[in-house]
Amino acid sequence: MDSGLSDDPVALKILVAGGFGVGKTTLVGAISEIKPLRTEEVLSERGIGVDDIDGVEAKTTTTVAMDFGRITIRDGLVVYLFGTPGQERFWFMWDELSYGALGAVVIADTRRLTDCFPSVDYFEQRGTPFVVAVNCFDGAARHSVDDVRIALDLDPDVPVLLCDVRRRSSAKEVMVTLVEHSLRTLTATG
Amino acid sequence: MTETPQWLDDAAGPVVRPYALIRGRTRSSGDAFDLVATVTVVGEPSGEAAGELGPEQRLILRAARSPISVADVAVELDLPIGVVRVLLGDLRDNGFISVTSPSAARQRSNEGILKEVINGLRAL
Repeated sequence: MDSGLSDDPVALKILVAGGFGVGKTTLVGAISEIKPLRTEEVLSERGIGVDDIDGVEAKTTTTVAMDFGRITIRDGLVVYLFGTPGQERFWFMWDELSYGALGAVVIADTRRLTDCFPSVDYFEQRGTPFVVAVNCFDGAARHSVDDVRIALDLDPDVPVLLCDVRRRSSAKEVMVTLVEHSLRTLTATG
Repeated sequence: MTETPQWLDDAAGPVVRPYALIRGRTRSSGDAFDLVATVTVVGEPSGEAAGELGPEQRLILRAARSPISVADVAVELDLPIGVVRVLLGDLRDNGFISVTSPSAARQRSNEGILKEVINGLRAL
């Protein structure tokens, strides 16, 4: 085995955040080379009372642990994806997940745009580079990228793009947009 | 004749609850491990120490013969990350593994690596 002294393995973290039922697990699954590590629990009637599922009534499971995905760029360079739990009661996990993260993808559903406000606030405050990916659900009213940008009151340099989290090519585009944004943020701040 | 439903194997759930594996502890000794920290085997257990290792810790040592991330260990063992951290802490205290935390600042600020990631993602 190579001693690897001159070339330490590099592991990068990307977070996937957004409101409940917005498609975080699906996005991680669309691009990860491994089956996402996750614990989807069947929503109980009690959970349905607590978890606001207006507009996502077809959803009967939710992520209670975290999604975990892996993309190997080359030997010794791996990108890990972590989907943060959707509900407010799991926010305590965010600090750990966001520590040292390369950046974050905030998934937005235009039917419930307010759900992604907390994620946007969180990454803005911490200075974590992020992009907003508007998931185009079947039957969801389409809004322009500019409308979403205004509604979320985003800084002009934050990329906003439309996506379909089920499609690998779309998930790829989201990730590329994020890393390009991280790179720009980096070179801008020197 | 009606079949009696039987709870076997996966359907019955784990034989031992995860937190029983680590005797109810929720934190490892020392610093917490980052999810993407690298675990590497540094000492082969022998003699008395080897006898005290549980099956999960043996599995970790096998998985970490070549460097592996903390998150990947959790996937390999199919155990919650909190449980894996405690098991790793024990192994580190006994000198069987080393855990290298990623230098977040350095990696985030490496332009060359980010460009490589962009190209790698595009090529997927």
